[in-house]
Amino acid sequence: MEIKVVEKVLGANDAIAAQNRAWFREKGVFVINVMSSPGSGKTTLLERTLAALSGRVRAGVIVGDIATTHDSERLARSGAPVVQINTEPFGGDCHLAAHVIREAASGLNLDDLDLLIVENVGNLVCPAEFDIGEDKKVVVLSVAEGEDKPLKYPLMFRVCDAAVLNKVDLLPYLDYNKPLALENIRRIHPEIPVFELSAKTGQGLENWLAWLTGQIKTKK
Amino acid sequence: MHEMGIASQIVRIALEHLPPDEELRVRALKLRIGKLTAIVPQSLRFCLEILTRETALAGAEVVIEEVPVRAVCQECGATSEISEPPFWCSACQGVKLEILSGRELLIDSLEVDDPMGSGLHISHKNE
Repeated sequence: MEIKVVEKVLGANDAIAAQNRAWFREKGVFVINVMSSPGSGKTTLLERTLAALSGRVRAGVIVGDIATTHDSERLARSGAPVVQINTEPFGGDCHLAAHVIREAASGLNLDDLDLLIVENVGNLVCPAEFDIGEDKKVVVLSVAEGEDKPLKYPLMFRVCDAAVLNKVDLLPYLDYNKPLALENIRRIHPEIPVFELSAKTGQGLENWLAWLTGQIKTKK
Repeated sequence: MHEMGIASQIVRIALEHLPPDEELRVRALKLRIGKLTAIVPQSLRFCLEILTRETALAGAEVVIEEVPVRAVCQECGATSEISEPPFWCSACQGVKLEILSGRELLIDSLEVDDPMGSGLHISHKNE
């Protein structure tokens, strides 16, 4: 005898993500979910982004890591309010889920924010599966990683709305085939904007910032 | 990956769909998993085997239907099955694709022993 179920395994997460989305919309806060593998330069990019937006856009940050508060300490130097989540108490979760974001966002005054940046756990696999109620998903890739990363992690590159190719200042010292990397991104997600930049030197940052500020305006 | 967390959700949802006042043994747990999800079936089965011990799901066969990635082209309207990159329309090479399937992570149904051969049929859908 068959008992028909037809229920999404992540249904509970999706329901909370929908509530988060409605809450952020009500507060007029634009939310980006920034994901990458460990070491791509996510935190440095966000440090530069927060510094550049300071005085123009009111930004807050939720940082997810399995352990340590190092990233939140770095980002707090910008003056932006930062909430650090350590997933270790949750069993060392490899991603941030909607209920964790809901709790963390309660620690911020959303009325005072235009932009909420979620720095997800460094992991190209799991965070792509979990809707947290964000407006846009961004993947950060660096030229110190393989050109075939997009092909190895198709879900991540498919679900993201923008990609950043970071550390371009290192190109003279690497045998990185940038056209191939860009072609591989295009094979998974043909229309995705790719921002080639160096968070370290600031090269290319203006295009990323223009996209971001343009996106924020769409929420107001 | 986090197959343990996924398995724990599967067990919870499956047990919720069993009628509370009967002792039914589940013979099979049928899942639909899209090819684009990064779930490893073997790991998932392993985690399910551990988590279902001493529940009505213990010993149930885990049947996984892998759902292919299908997309419809917004430019020419053709539907393509995408088994590997590139994510372009197979008919016109258009790049504006809407993914129709391949991201599923669903519990489809449970196969249980007929309770006392009563021919009871239970249908339970959650939106």
